[in-house]
Amino acid sequence: MTMKKFTHPSALKPVARNIRESVIRSIANAGSGHTGGSLGLADVFTALYFSIMEHNSKAPHWPDRDRLVLSIGHVAPLLYATLAESGYFPKKELMTLRRLGSRLQGHPGRDHGLPGLELSAGSLGHGLSVAVGMAISAKHKKQQWRVFSIHGDGELQEGSVWEAAMSAAHHKLDNLVALVDRNNVQIDGKTDDVMDIEPLAEKWKAFGWKVFQCDGHDFEDILTTYDKAIAVKNKPSVIIARTHMGKGVAEIENDYRWHGKPVAKDQVEKFINALDHEK
Amino acid sequence: MLLIMKNNKRFLNEADKPTRLGFGEGLREAGGVNESVIALGADITGSVNVNLFKKAFPNRFYSLGIAEQNAAGVSAGMALSGLIPVFTTYAVFSAMRTTDQLRISICYNNVHAVIGGAHAGISVGPDGATHQALEDIAVTRALPNMTVFSPCDADQTHLAILAAINKMNGPVYIRFGREKVPNFTGMDYPFHPGKGQLMKEGNDLTIIATGHMVWHALQAAYQMEEKNINARVINIHTIKPIDNEIIIRAAKETGKIVTAEEHQIYGGLGSAITEILSEHYPVPVKIIGMPDSFGESGKPEELMDKYGLTSHNIIKQSLKLLK
Repeated sequence: MTMKKFTHPSALKPVARNIRESVIRSIANAGSGHTGGSLGLADVFTALYFSIMEHNSKAPHWPDRDRLVLSIGHVAPLLYATLAESGYFPKKELMTLRRLGSRLQGHPGRDHGLPGLELSAGSLGHGLSVAVGMAISAKHKKQQWRVFSIHGDGELQEGSVWEAAMSAAHHKLDNLVALVDRNNVQIDGKTDDVMDIEPLAEKWKAFGWKVFQCDGHDFEDILTTYDKAIAVKNKPSVIIARTHMGKGVAEIENDYRWHGKPVAKDQVEKFINALDHEK
Repeated sequence: MLLIMKNNKRFLNEADKPTRLGFGEGLREAGGVNESVIALGADITGSVNVNLFKKAFPNRFYSLGIAEQNAAGVSAGMALSGLIPVFTTYAVFSAMRTTDQLRISICYNNVHAVIGGAHAGISVGPDGATHQALEDIAVTRALPNMTVFSPCDADQTHLAILAAINKMNGPVYIRFGREKVPNFTGMDYPFHPGKGQLMKEGNDLTIIATGHMVWHALQAAYQMEEKNINARVINIHTIKPIDNEIIIRAAKETGKIVTAEEHQIYGGLGSAITEILSEHYPVPVKIIGMPDSFGESGKPEELMDKYGLTSHNIIKQSLKLLK
């Protein structure tokens, strides 16, 4: 039932490049949207959708599919670009992002019927609870599918995340792997300055999670870390992925001002060109 | 004991019973026929009578601790995965601590999750203002996709939780109380979601009530008959979607309306009624409820009396309106 997977890291790089191009084009066309995080998580999303997750774009409601829970709804452009790249809907629909009547809402909304979209979300701090509910359900029904949730580092300032973290460990949800996009920035600036979330690994560990860290732009590292996290028994796992906001476009990388800033139309070709000249 | 006869329907209170017990028994019954029903607990499961389900189906009960925001989100995740979660705690927490999760994770996703709001209203009594949910109707009925049930006694609460599980497909909030109150409708009195119930005929004015106030409304109407005033009584057990038709008809046929609820006068049943009438058929309306204030400690009946949530006050306000 599942789709063909790219098992070798080198095959993922061109996919990620195309997804980044879609992110840039769709956000520029929309005139608003969160560019930085969408580019920063592109490698992780590529690894998940093209190598790690069991899913099938031709059967979006397949009951045994793995679930991707995007808690940080503001990187919706990346989710949409990845779903389109996976074949859930035509890539040209990406150009409707944030438009009236579009299935591609500014933050994900299932009521608009986009195939492959698991959750309407955008208010931070919700996704891990939903992921916990899904993971309990899979175990309750003795089904083998997994839940992969995606969180921001700034998002961890929401208290409800830690309620959810506590409950995932309490219910021994080893079918849940969370990932924290550790890019160290949020809208107002550095997470260290806005509200320090360190010591981060120790926090998750203290809440009963198995903690992994990886380079969120190194496919080999992403894949092996997910393999290890999936193999953990009796407790949930979290991967703290070090990423660079705006990754792929050197001139905007790690600039917090690009958190919520759209690509201007006259920057599109320059940015896409930058993707092709990435070291 | 009070008897009210009309249309061959007899409302007889054989024994007082807490609506929370009707909820607990109904939930257990639903669990017996549908294996997808899951109960979520937030520590006070005995107090909200979810322990009946827990005892009957221990493998379908999940404890989530004193963390209501998470429990609401977990409910959404379960509902998205094909289960029917019922998350119940005090209404002050299940409807208001969680409002953002209700709004986005549950209502925007439009999932079939049931939220139980226990210990609603001022009749919670001695615990005081912090634990008296008097704004939960306003909050929940403002949320798109949400259905809001406010049944009038234990048997109707039993039927309401069954309906929430078996007849609905989207999010449902059910509000009920702590105290023993008259249990008068009977298990054979049908519960149709979205339909108001004509409890007593009358053409001089209409008393529209919800929750336990329906009993007080019936008593008031019965007592007014001795003064040759025929009050109609309508039970609105579904605050949303509300039964416009029965309300507009009451306005047209009786011309005056008194509403009664254990809730703030802003945002609750009275507001819902006046929203409809001001648009379709404006008539004088008196809203009986909490006067934009917090509650306080006291015995339930003392508090109901102090804040005018009694048949006596319904009569007083009705007579004023009829002058």
